Amino acid sequence: MNTSCYVVRSNAIAARALGDETMVMSATNSTLFTLNEVATTIWEAADGVTPLDEIITNKICAQYEVEQDAALKDAQALIEELAVHGLVLVSDAPIAKAGRASKASA
Amino acid sequence: MSSVTAVARDSSVVVEIGGLPIRLRCDDPAFLLQIHERYAGYVSSSHEASFEFDLELAPAGTESGDEDLSVTCRDGIWLMERGDFRAEFNPATARGCIEQTINPFSLDSVIRIVHTLLLAKKGGFLVHASSAIRNGRAFLFSGVSGAGKTTMARLAPPDAALLTDEISYVTRKNGRYMAIGTPFFGELARVGENIEAPIEAIYLLAKGPQNIIEPIEGTAAVRGLMENILFFAKDPEFVKHVFDSACEFAAHVPVRRLTFVPTSSVWELIV
Repeated sequence: MNTSCYVVRSNAIAARALGDETMVMSATNSTLFTLNEVATTIWEAADGVTPLDEIITNKICAQYEVEQDAALKDAQALIEELAVHGLVLVSDAPIAKAGRASKASA
Repeated sequence: MSSVTAVARDSSVVVEIGGLPIRLRCDDPAFLLQIHERYAGYVSSSHEASFEFDLELAPAGTESGDEDLSVTCRDGIWLMERGDFRAEFNPATARGCIEQTINPFSLDSVIRIVHTLLLAKKGGFLVHASSAIRNGRAFLFSGVSGAGKTTMARLAPPDAALLTDEISYVTRKNGRYMAIGTPFFGELARVGENIEAPIEAIYLLAKGPQNIIEPIEGTAAVRGLMENILFFAKDPEFVKHVFDSACEFAAHVPVRRLTFVPTSSVWELIV
């Protein structure tokens, strides 16, 4: 996965913040995920127009004591898992609201 | 006039569960009588109904084996299929049809599915749980098969009114979560009382060496609920409704883990 990739939350999900965590449910296969505090921060910042490495720099490294490379590696693993289950869409280019499905891959 | 004659003349019966009257039309008086008996306590004396289904009976033996249940929505019309039935339901017209063999339990399944579809948009749900009313408050005991739902119902003290030993009906009225009796029973083989009360708590059941109650909060509470809520449809909008309902419920009603020894003493903790 390109570290400057763009990530956006899928429309085919239901999500709810509960305390510091977020529950995300796939609306297509009903799989439930619980995101911890850091994953929740990435999830909330995944707007499709901010590159992943920028999210890590500005939202994670700025708030938590973690090295950029380590944080980025963890974030990539998280995004890959979420993408496998169709919870986020990933693209090498910014993902416009219209045409998300055609430009990005789950 | 005997009830049998009344059924035969009318060709329909109105079954009211959770305050939702559903008319079932059928040309077979013997099957209508079976419905009357199966849903005793839930057959409405009123002729009014919010929804209507036409039942078409297929000869016994025409079921197609152990076909998995499928519930899909196309153009606003729900299609429910399993080896022993095929049903359609159009919420916009409040009408539907059911093709099945002469088996009240097939009808049971369709009615349960229809209620899950109708409840979802209202923030309610059906959940695998026994439930009872005590001192004007409802207590739910939830878990998978073998967790102890029927055991908790059997151990209930005499002053507890049993709503069901298998599937509890949860609805939201004026911001309060209510449990309502259902005719859906498990091993107890007894129809629940058709009454309702505000829900005091839901207990997720586990058997253990002693009786312990522990609070469950946040994501664990929602996850525990979602594991026991009945939802058959894979439709994304419907799944979102069910998930939101579980989150809202967990935010307003205590969710607890009840580890228990199967003796009547467990009910001393249920207050």
